[in-house]
Amino acid sequence: MSTQPDLLYSEEEEALRSAVRDLLADHCDATAVLARAETDEPHDRALWRNLAESMGLAGLLVPEERGGQGASHREAAVVLEELGRAVAPVPYLTSAVIATEALLACDTSEAGTLLAALASGRTVGALTVPLSATAGQDFRDVRAADGALTGRVTGVADAAAADVFLVPTADGLFAVDASAGGVAVEPQISFDRTRPLAAVTFDGAAGRLLAGTAAPAVRRALRAGAGLLASEQLGLADWLLTETVRYTRERTQFNRPVGSFQALKHRLAQLWLEVVNTRAAARNAADALATGGESAGGEETDIAVAVAQAYAAPVAVRAAEEALQLHGGIGMTWEHPIHLYLKRAKADSIALGTAGRHREELAELVDLRAP
Amino acid sequence: MSVDAARLRTLTQEFLAAHPPATTPRADFLDARFDAGLAWVHYPEGLGGLGVPRSLQAVVDAELEAAGAPDNDPRRNGIGLGMAAPTILRYGTDEQKQRFLKPLWTGAEVWCQLFSEPGAGSDLAALGTRAVREDDTWTVNGQKVWTSGAHNARFAILIARTDPDVPKHKGITYFVCDMTGPGVDVRPLRQITGEAEFNEVFLTDVRIPDAHRLGEVGDGWKVAQTTLNNERVAIGGMRIPREGGLVGIVAKTWRERPELRTHDLHQRLVKLWVDAEVARLTGERLRQQLVAGHPGPEGAGMKLGFARLNQEISGLEVELLGEEGLLYDDWTLRRPELVDFAGREAGYRYLRAKGNSIEGGTSEILLNIVAERVLGLPSEPRTDKDVAWKDLSR
Repeated sequence: MSTQPDLLYSEEEEALRSAVRDLLADHCDATAVLARAETDEPHDRALWRNLAESMGLAGLLVPEERGGQGASHREAAVVLEELGRAVAPVPYLTSAVIATEALLACDTSEAGTLLAALASGRTVGALTVPLSATAGQDFRDVRAADGALTGRVTGVADAAAADVFLVPTADGLFAVDASAGGVAVEPQISFDRTRPLAAVTFDGAAGRLLAGTAAPAVRRALRAGAGLLASEQLGLADWLLTETVRYTRERTQFNRPVGSFQALKHRLAQLWLEVVNTRAAARNAADALATGGESAGGEETDIAVAVAQAYAAPVAVRAAEEALQLHGGIGMTWEHPIHLYLKRAKADSIALGTAGRHREELAELVDLRAP
Repeated sequence: MSVDAARLRTLTQEFLAAHPPATTPRADFLDARFDAGLAWVHYPEGLGGLGVPRSLQAVVDAELEAAGAPDNDPRRNGIGLGMAAPTILRYGTDEQKQRFLKPLWTGAEVWCQLFSEPGAGSDLAALGTRAVREDDTWTVNGQKVWTSGAHNARFAILIARTDPDVPKHKGITYFVCDMTGPGVDVRPLRQITGEAEFNEVFLTDVRIPDAHRLGEVGDGWKVAQTTLNNERVAIGGMRIPREGGLVGIVAKTWRERPELRTHDLHQRLVKLWVDAEVARLTGERLRQQLVAGHPGPEGAGMKLGFARLNQEISGLEVELLGEEGLLYDDWTLRRPELVDFAGREAGYRYLRAKGNSIEGGTSEILLNIVAERVLGLPSEPRTDKDVAWKDLSR
């Protein structure tokens, strides 16, 4: 067994948290997110520029000598917690985590150039796999013939915001510019409009080879994505709990705050326990990704990621469902932001593998095999 | 003289040289260790300590253990060491400290706790055991319950009603009760497991000298908070390995006996395995917070989580065993000194775990505590706070 994980937040991580939270408080309030979701421009590009370019957060996972900030998954997890608390419509998970991790697994100079571009935040990347994909799956929707790519992938998150696609094929991982000929991006009507999906079609589009085999890069990308998604889910659940506690303290019925009824208090206390547990599981996954790497600690990292997703995904959904119910009628309205969180939490519970899929993987990893 | 770790190590070595464990009788060794201030170093000089930080105890314990010295078998007197002693230290008179602390620490005198009553469980302050004063003697009448170790105990910490005419929290006084005196009747309380870990204690005209009162008359509730807060300090702080709890026992059976596996049990087992692993991580995170000097409110929830986990996992285990789950290891009325989940079989674990959500604060009360003290939700309207105890419904 490896050494104990560090499950706390360092002072630097707390400082990063408050900087991100301040920015989001000023530029990403719930009303604005709701209004934006109804437009043709669902991604908040101004907010992305602030986060990625001004604060340098797109390059946290990239070493300094490769154009990044040389931080780790621990810091990226803190950013995702805050983005989750605000259901921020920015392609952080998809570009700064998943696409970036895929590029980190490639050693061509083309990959190095793209990595630096993504780390700077001026280029947004998207790995063309469905958001529901899990590590270990095969991705053969797109074929490569002499560097020309043909095929169609649906359900690609944040594809509409992407400047470049990373495309897994049987012949390797390719980069394709979104603006290149033979590339079409059709937005899909998405359940979660703060992380919108699109179908990406390649019709003889010109691809640049990043790696001769796609599988290791895709696997690494999706594992990191799943592990850090738990921190986003923690952020969602944390906001929902805080907001519901605040509301039930203020909302009066039967001449007393509804939060004084034990029937409600017990539900909120139970939710608090689950949020506390989610924090430990999410910190553990982030720390494992930051320290475990691909080497000897690889299996421990797989376990930490699977445990975090198996636990955090249902907690975020439950937090949203409880928040809605405990808000009563107002929670059912379009005007109140709870539905943004419910939709994100439910979409997240399918993203990068359901809790059930992660439990199946875990059963193999810890030798608790099915009959 | 200031005592640091190095000095303490020297003191311990000098003590060991003067009292070789191999040739010194156990009782003499423990008495001498107390007198040398090496019993609990954070206690004052003359009372088994040296008035130094509690963390330095580890220095003494390491030296003693290396020398093969006997210890005071602390698990046999958990209530004495964990609850009675800190309360006596805080509220006791000099005479009380001199009389009680040494034999308590050495284990020569075991202690028990006379708090809960049939009519006062979650609402402990509603207790009805009466203590009436005449000159310098109190006469106590009532019934206590869930008293572990009462049949082995020399003394008890006792709270009793001394003023029924004031609201319930204000009319309680805290005493030390001699368990060997006349009028104390200890009867085993048999549990659903078949054994009797606990007792009922009937108190009939029990005489307690006023010199055995801890704290002021009517201050018993406040004094009891010291006792109960120390109960919570004792829990936590342990580092648990993966599969360290009951889940490890079920996982082992699952791996070794594939013929028992079904798909339904598999789904439930892996879910519980995840819950247990996450609870372990939460405990580890809490421990790291304590070490860093920033204890979080997370501790309030640990017992709630473990109670549910123990119950669900042990329930699953009985079901997994199928035909064997229909059997039980032993229904005889045993009197165990310690709860041993691992030393008994699945049926016992299932039944004993039912108590985990009741003992030491029911899960419902703990959820209220989390809701009110951690989340800041308002309390339910109270109808009992400003009413004299004698006018409460019961």
